[in-house]
Amino acid sequence: MNADTLDVERIRADFPILRREGHGRPLVYLDNAATSQKPEVVIDALVEYYTTYNANIHRGIHALAEEATARYEETRQKVADFIGAPGPECIVFTRNTTESINLVANAWGRKNLGPGDEIVLSVMEHHSNLVPWQFIARATGARLRHVDIDGEGRLLWDDVERLIGERTKLVAITQMSNVLGTINPVRQIADLAHQRGALVLVDAAQSVPHLPVDVQDLDCDFLAFSAHKMLGPTGVGVLYARRELLEAMDPFLGGGEMIRRVRLEEATWNDVPWKFEAGTPNIAGVCAFSAALGYLQELGMEQVRAHDLYLAREALRRLSQISGVTVYGPKDPEARGGVVAFNVEDIHPHDVGTVLDGHGVAIRAGHHCCQPLMGRLDVVATARASFYVYNTVEELDALVEGIEAAKRLFRAPVHTRT
Amino acid sequence: MPQSIPEPEFDELYREIILDHYRNPRHREPLADPDVVAEGYNPLCGDEVEMGLTFENSRIKGLSCHGRGCSISQASGSMLTEAVIGKSVEEARRLIDLFTKMVTDPEEEPPAELGDLEALQGVAKFPVRVKCATLAWHTLGDGLNQREAGGHVAHHEE
Repeated sequence: MNADTLDVERIRADFPILRREGHGRPLVYLDNAATSQKPEVVIDALVEYYTTYNANIHRGIHALAEEATARYEETRQKVADFIGAPGPECIVFTRNTTESINLVANAWGRKNLGPGDEIVLSVMEHHSNLVPWQFIARATGARLRHVDIDGEGRLLWDDVERLIGERTKLVAITQMSNVLGTINPVRQIADLAHQRGALVLVDAAQSVPHLPVDVQDLDCDFLAFSAHKMLGPTGVGVLYARRELLEAMDPFLGGGEMIRRVRLEEATWNDVPWKFEAGTPNIAGVCAFSAALGYLQELGMEQVRAHDLYLAREALRRLSQISGVTVYGPKDPEARGGVVAFNVEDIHPHDVGTVLDGHGVAIRAGHHCCQPLMGRLDVVATARASFYVYNTVEELDALVEGIEAAKRLFRAPVHTRT
Repeated sequence: MPQSIPEPEFDELYREIILDHYRNPRHREPLADPDVVAEGYNPLCGDEVEMGLTFENSRIKGLSCHGRGCSISQASGSMLTEAVIGKSVEEARRLIDLFTKMVTDPEEEPPAELGDLEALQGVAKFPVRVKCATLAWHTLGDGLNQREAGGHVAHHEE
């Protein structure tokens, strides 16, 4: 594929923030793996909620409350449709991917894990898919096992085969690494896990925004992602889980909305998914997320994926031509998403990031919430450029220009500078 | 990128003297027989410094600093060695305070006694880089504390 699949110029017009400058230059936003920008329809939907139907949901006996409840629940259906879930009862709204994973770790893990049980993770996991399991392992006596990666940042299949065994109760794995960009064979992992009697949780924070994802095709048991990385507002996360799992799980947080009947000493729970939605949720955010889903559906997730692939291919080609630049992750663009982590020889990624920022190019520099992976790659940190629907190859040129400028600044021999 | 936009200037943060210290760090060779070794680490960005200190009475006689990390953290450590060698422990502590104040408060006018260290003042306008600049200084402070406590090795986490 050598051509772009999206009408990027038209898309860019929908994102007000792209009209601003960064240090006097056009803003080049390449930090999409951290959070995406928001199109006008999403911003408008937030304003629309607060200006026309702001009310608490599920409880009010008035028109505003009914409208807010309807819009909130319509979004749940829309999320279910977006990821191929059998029904809205499988969709729990949380604050973010991290909370979704913590929900499973607590509500499922505490009930179903014990000494001798094993949880299989990988070394490329984000802290949000490592630390909650450390908590639960400590609390239940379960043991953590970690699948290693090869030199190109792909999971070692031998490790997958070896580590998922009879003691494995859960495999929790990312579908797309937020550093390496690696797309993992989640379906094959799920097949193997299910054969051996384990459940599968997919960290889909990077994949649902960038790939067509169907939970029934993946055959996963849990899947977690965030709205803010896919054009939606911050503060809205999603947990997908098979209905029977949600029904068997204990609640995570207690409070209003999640109950059926409360006495002073005890309570009974609401039906799923509301059993897991204690307290007033981010109603505005959830309702506006609907607009983000609609926007992506209109573009088509196949096209979004093709556009990412196009930019990843072009970025890999450009970066590999710069002397002193090391790119991490799979060399084959097809095996990765639109995330490219790299380092420039002898220049710390924070310095690369500062120089790029001076050129109006926003990237991420640091450990990307993946300290174990940094250790595995034997680096302290990396720079990372990540793409989305509004990015262009011209912006990749700005990235390259900024990297060259960093090399000039930090490498120039002292005596030639004035 | 249109050609008309000039190359951005980084003079405020990356002053020439900082780049010079980054490219050619001073007193990098570890001391053979240090009285105190102080290690500093910033887990957030991975910056590391390791210092060796020797003392003569209450004076810092020898000081080495090496590590890995960004230009600010490494240049700051190199500049520290030049500023601190030969100073009394009391003077060194005062420099640590003055330096910390300078890089955390953009309004602060750097006092003359900081000398060349004034070049790092620009860091105050880059909040995420402040800890890069202070790492070596706080590590030195821990090393001095360690000596007072009669210890040999100090570990500092920024």
